[in-house]
Amino acid sequence: MKRIYLDHNATTSLDPEVLKAMMPYLTGEFGNASSIYECGRMAQKAVVEAREKVARLIGAQSDELFFTSGGTEADNWALKGAAEALRDKGNHIITTVIEHHAVLHTCEYLEEQGFEVTYLPVDEYGLVDPAAVEQAITDQTIIVSVMYANNEIGTIEPVEEIGKIVKEKGILYHIDAVQAVGKIPVDVNAIGVDLLSMSAHKLYGPKGVGALYIRKGVKINNLLHGGAQERNQRAGTENVAGIVGFGKAAELSCDNLIETAERLTRLGDRLAKGITEKMDHVRFNGYPLHRLPGHVNVSIEFVEGEALVMSLDMQGISVSSGSACAAGSADPSHVLLAIGLPHEIAHGSLRMTLGKDSTEADVDEVLTILPRIVEKLRAMSPLYQ
Amino acid sequence: MYEDKVMDYFNNPRNVGDIENADGTGRIGDAGCGDIIKIDIKVADRHIVDVKFKAFGCCAAIATSSMATEMAKGKTIKEGLAISNEAVAKALGGLPPQKMHCSNLAADALHEAIKDYQKKQAQ
Repeated sequence: MKRIYLDHNATTSLDPEVLKAMMPYLTGEFGNASSIYECGRMAQKAVVEAREKVARLIGAQSDELFFTSGGTEADNWALKGAAEALRDKGNHIITTVIEHHAVLHTCEYLEEQGFEVTYLPVDEYGLVDPAAVEQAITDQTIIVSVMYANNEIGTIEPVEEIGKIVKEKGILYHIDAVQAVGKIPVDVNAIGVDLLSMSAHKLYGPKGVGALYIRKGVKINNLLHGGAQERNQRAGTENVAGIVGFGKAAELSCDNLIETAERLTRLGDRLAKGITEKMDHVRFNGYPLHRLPGHVNVSIEFVEGEALVMSLDMQGISVSSGSACAAGSADPSHVLLAIGLPHEIAHGSLRMTLGKDSTEADVDEVLTILPRIVEKLRAMSPLYQ
Repeated sequence: MYEDKVMDYFNNPRNVGDIENADGTGRIGDAGCGDIIKIDIKVADRHIVDVKFKAFGCCAAIATSSMATEMAKGKTIKEGLAISNEAVAKALGGLPPQKMHCSNLAADALHEAIKDYQKKQAQ
């Protein structure tokens, strides 16, 4: 059975070109990038080149980039490192209710350490109001952390507007850009961001590698202590193959960013339009005007998300859901609740995120299979008349 | 995640639907928690001669409802009341631990249906 993968916000496949670039460092070129002999120098050179490629993708200078084990480490480092470094200036952090758990749970940890955190609400589209950011700022505020684009509903936040406010007040600005980098143009200087987290496996790179951008002149504490890697700021032997893969993935997405984004937007529109035409009692989640390309989050009333996901899986289609069951928790997605969906509607949500290998035929196949599944589940549902 | 038998009962549910003029109806759960199970029964000569369900919920909710109806069919009222949520889960080869409490309510819905029947008989 041909599988149709529509969960690119969860992870992406490794691009064959990326694997090809990584292979030498998984085989013969095994040197430690800190070693001064030949194979160590080769590894070091590969890391330097990869750093330049990733920097180019976000408009940064390469010495502003620090490789990590992934987006979660980058978020943890940014928030804990900045909070500790700025503790004598204040104890207040501003973030939003729809952040990824890598940010939310780190903020909760910081609350246990004595910091105060304001979690800003969002509107029905999942948008943060820049004016609300401004109002929340106190003389104790040291960090504002906002996600670039939401992983569940795809809404792209007004990060530039927020950036202007935050910079004017001289507060440190962190952006979790894990879902944005590689999908839409990201320019750290246009936003005026100080810290920006990213991850390789969301852009056809390998899992287990990410990066934190730290603007030149910005000082945050280290998260990991040990060796002198990453200019004394992130200890641990470099994941050379992973870093090389991240570099290659960044280069490839840089080359095709706009074309791919436009194509995926069209495909996403085709999927959403088809769903609207073929099914009643559906509602789309996320900001219609400014959303990640190829991102469709839809609530299908009277059915439950896990049942939808498993039924689609049996037909070879991989998608995700914000239902409690699909997430393995007691409540449905915190993002869907934050945009005001009632529990029963949130339970029936499906997230379909297209990727560079998605085709019109894939979309049309989903549009054939999904309505049948919904019809079958609704026929079983005591809520559907 | 799920046993094959659970997926079979989810994918090919037995006894789906409503019974017209049911002798008893049981309804359990709420949409907020993500699971609602409704079971209708037809009783003759103190036996459950027909039983149908409808369920809004995850695979486990649908599979357990399907299994519970199958287990109840042909049984006496007393035997029906003795069917437990645990017995339903066991008949499916087990459920993931997190599903045992939240999506394993089909026997409760069956008991509600039987009690509804008994209440109507008493009137």
